[in-house]
Amino acid sequence: MSDLNKLTIADARDGLAKGDFSSVELTESCLASMTASKGLNAFITETPEIALERAKESDERRLGGKAESAMDGVPIAVKDLFCTEGVLTTAASHILDGYTPVYESTVSGNLRNDGAVMLGKANLDEFAMGSANVTSYYGNVINPWKGSDGKDLVPGGSSGGSAAAVAGDLCLAATGTDTGGSIRQPASFCGIVGLKPTYGRCSRWGVVAFASSLDQPGPMTKTVRDAAIMLQSMAGHDSKDSTSAPIDLPDFEAALTGDVKGLKVGIPKEYRVDGMPAEIEALWQKGAEWLKAAGAEIVDISLPHTKYALPVYYIVAPAEASANLARYDGVRYGLRVEGESIDDMYMNTRGEGFGKEVQRRVMIGTYVLSAGYYDAYYLKAQQIRTLIAKDFTDAYEQVDVILTPTAPSAAFPIGENLDDPLAMYLNDVFTVPASMAGLPGISIPAGLSESGLPLGLQLLGKSFDEETVLRVAGVMETAAAFSAKPGQ
Amino acid sequence: MSLDKATVKNIAFLARIRVPDEDLEPLAGELNNILDWIEQLGEVNTDGVEPMASVSNVTLPLRRDAVTGGGQPEKVLANAPEAEKGFYTVPKVVE
Amino acid sequence: MSYIIQGETCDWEVVIGLEVHCQVTSKSKLFSGGSASFGGEPNDHVDLLDAGLPGMLPVVNELAVEQAVRTGLGLKAQINKRSVFSRKNYFYADMPLGYQITQYDQPTVGEGTILLELEGGKTKEVGIERLHLEADAGKSLHDQHPSKTFVDLNRAGVALMEIVSKPDMRTPEEAGAYVRKLRSIVRYLETCDGNMDEGSMRCDVNVSVRPVGADELRTRCEIKNVNSVRFVMQAVEYEAQRHVELYDEGEEPVQETRLFDSGNGTTRSMRSKEHAHDYRYFPEPDLLPVDLTDDYIDNIRKTLPELPDERRERYISDFGLSAIDAGVLVAERENAAYFETVAHGRDAKMAANWVTTNLFGALKKNGKHISESPVSAENLGKLLDLIADNTISGRIAKDVFEEMVENGGDPEKIVEEKGLKQITDTGAIEGILDDIIANNPGQVEQYKGGNDKLIGWFVGQVMKASQGKANPGMVNKLLKDKLSD
Repeated sequence: MSDLNKLTIADARDGLAKGDFSSVELTESCLASMTASKGLNAFITETPEIALERAKESDERRLGGKAESAMDGVPIAVKDLFCTEGVLTTAASHILDGYTPVYESTVSGNLRNDGAVMLGKANLDEFAMGSANVTSYYGNVINPWKGSDGKDLVPGGSSGGSAAAVAGDLCLAATGTDTGGSIRQPASFCGIVGLKPTYGRCSRWGVVAFASSLDQPGPMTKTVRDAAIMLQSMAGHDSKDSTSAPIDLPDFEAALTGDVKGLKVGIPKEYRVDGMPAEIEALWQKGAEWLKAAGAEIVDISLPHTKYALPVYYIVAPAEASANLARYDGVRYGLRVEGESIDDMYMNTRGEGFGKEVQRRVMIGTYVLSAGYYDAYYLKAQQIRTLIAKDFTDAYEQVDVILTPTAPSAAFPIGENLDDPLAMYLNDVFTVPASMAGLPGISIPAGLSESGLPLGLQLLGKSFDEETVLRVAGVMETAAAFSAKPGQ
Repeated sequence: MSLDKATVKNIAFLARIRVPDEDLEPLAGELNNILDWIEQLGEVNTDGVEPMASVSNVTLPLRRDAVTGGGQPEKVLANAPEAEKGFYTVPKVVE
Repeated sequence: MSYIIQGETCDWEVVIGLEVHCQVTSKSKLFSGGSASFGGEPNDHVDLLDAGLPGMLPVVNELAVEQAVRTGLGLKAQINKRSVFSRKNYFYADMPLGYQITQYDQPTVGEGTILLELEGGKTKEVGIERLHLEADAGKSLHDQHPSKTFVDLNRAGVALMEIVSKPDMRTPEEAGAYVRKLRSIVRYLETCDGNMDEGSMRCDVNVSVRPVGADELRTRCEIKNVNSVRFVMQAVEYEAQRHVELYDEGEEPVQETRLFDSGNGTTRSMRSKEHAHDYRYFPEPDLLPVDLTDDYIDNIRKTLPELPDERRERYISDFGLSAIDAGVLVAERENAAYFETVAHGRDAKMAANWVTTNLFGALKKNGKHISESPVSAENLGKLLDLIADNTISGRIAKDVFEEMVENGGDPEKIVEEKGLKQITDTGAIEGILDDIIANNPGQVEQYKGGNDKLIGWFVGQVMKASQGKANPGMVNKLLKDKLSD
């Protein structure tokens, strides 16, 4: 019974339906695991009372024959970027001290309405800005996977807490958000599945905004099937979000046919970057071979503007963030540090409330939008973004999905790259281009590095074609047969 | 493009973030690194290219004119650091 | 009529541009479902987005877009098929998001024109630069506490149309006429109630001066939030004079934003502006561009009411009214509607006269708006009918009208009850005439002796004896007949 936390959503769905165990038992198992793994610091706020309450309600529903959704009774972690009604929401920032929303985000609300059980708010990089979860006001998250020398490793970011929680079996699944790779990259570092849906597939209403034109909520799970199940619950049109796509949801789980015969898989040459570790190149090739063996056709393609995606991202995202974070001013909620004048108060509050990385990005964003620089930076970046998106559109005339590595390395030790923001940014080199084009992308654990750490492979799809992405990912997952678990 | 201490101080003010004097120079260094790296975008020919308006291809949704929110000042003020008689309060603004 | 300021070295002319913020008439705000109505308990009309809470997103109010297009059409302006919302970034206590969502380089409405009506029947066409939609800020109260400012976000997010004129005005009168005309147009269109007291219409006045005959534009100052036509004109006068005096002293006005002090008619600099604002505009990423079709625009065009200019022309050509009378009547839509009811099937000039002189005079005296008029249009019409068919004289009608203003009522009933019917019966009049003639032999002799002017005295006597009810025309004729015997 105490291994119930190790189940997948699909297995839990079966077990709950058969009455092998209850949601309360499932939840208690996760809560126990959370206590045992407190050292990972995967959670900012734990909500055991709420969890047990919702688990109990789920069991009662099931008893009354009313449990319908696959997520009913499933214990999950919610990234602390989603506003949860009545529950502290911090975005891992000092500036949101004590902030308790009076509303629930659409996505976490969808999961809640479908009966999912919230175990707590998962830790993350402050305001989702980071790729190692080392910028949280609430401390670093530790990857359940350890380095061969026993060093603590980063879980990736910004959804580091979510990834660590899933990888460590503290929960069955978690919500994440992906702006430049914040679901996919930590999924790769932690050996789990992470899906960034097409921009507009999931609603951003109630999600603390980082970069409005890039942010996208998505599932972080143990298997591809679980990602399909969870996406079904999370996604859907929301009239409160003007960028939410007004289209119906297909049956994502039904897309997992296991059949990729005749499918064309693109291998973009520009993703073969200088200094890429040989083992990652090797894994990438292996991935292509698995798909070929399953009947897919491998096609070499070119995405010419790939290398510009990162610098474009580091103009557009900070620019949007500089405006999105202007509301944190100590007037209406969160931290207030007094000042003699209101400007004083703003400066003190934000100077103390924002961490260094957030301050850096807000300043960059402010600068690139400032008088005289808008054309050279922001406008230019948005133009190149059009070219990046066109690269993909052109490629998709030849192929159905694109296969790339997820990250340029395995998880690295905590403390590395800390004094070089640029080096940190390069973690997102493979994930950012799809974000710029709003395309769906998934990372699945495909193999282990020489030092025994998980390495992910990424599949990118056409706009709103999560079905094909999931289908191919399912086939690859079967071929990879990745079963390694972090030795705690 | 090189930022000096004064420019960084100005940007910090525009962003209303207090940066202690001794941190201005190092911060300028960090920002310059990032901006130097961004310079490579100048290589790309963007003549005649439309800046991306949105990745979505949807049209702007419009909302019917109706009062659907508000009427709950307590909720709105629930997280206020300081409030009085139903108003938010801040240090006096001089106009 | 030119407005020239005589300086020490030369004569100066004034260049004026106006930016008027008009609150869109709508139930909810531009991007949220919070109530857009005036007043309310503090923070009662505040939706989650209006409070700038984390994760909130804007959704555009369809009516606000319509109202902007409608107003643009009323200003004979270019409607832009594509417009884009942008963020204007700055920090202020009543600006909860830390940015205002507005339109920057792609507004919904482009260039148009307004026709000003000036004194002496003159007109002048003033250009409109653009109209754009933007969200209003909340209100900061600085006088509630010695060291704190109180913030009420009720108004935050209300839809505003910012209407920017070209710098075509040259006199305070023109500036005043512009505001009046713009107000008249939006009230006709029902896109804004033009209530300057409540702040639904606020003016930013841009003033600069230059030597007469010069082409270039010199430094201008912006005087913010001027809330009446009179204050706009005063602000222009004071500011232009201030600029001239500075130039005379060998100095230059500083380009800045100023506030108008309505107490003493002066302007003063806004102290907190040492740092120039860098608004860092960029397109709003939470919204898509507004794309309007020809059909959409045409459908709105079809629903436009007759506007003041067209109505004025119609009154002049169809009713034969003078330009001045027509102008006075069309300025307010309700006044024009009232007039047309009175004039329907009647002598329009007479109706115009009674409405502009007698009715407006009475309303003004009693501080009433036409919607509160004690005299209904139907009843005023009936009064005019009674004059037209000779039931009462013009003189008596004025008395009846006063009675109606005091106590309301149907003129026919009043005439009945007070027995005010005009005496038109020849015999009755002759009876009174004979009496007067018999009792005043002296005057009769003087008249017959050649003092023709005495006829007026005789008429007066007859009117007095008949309590004003005798038909003056008939009295005159009968008198002359009798006295010429």
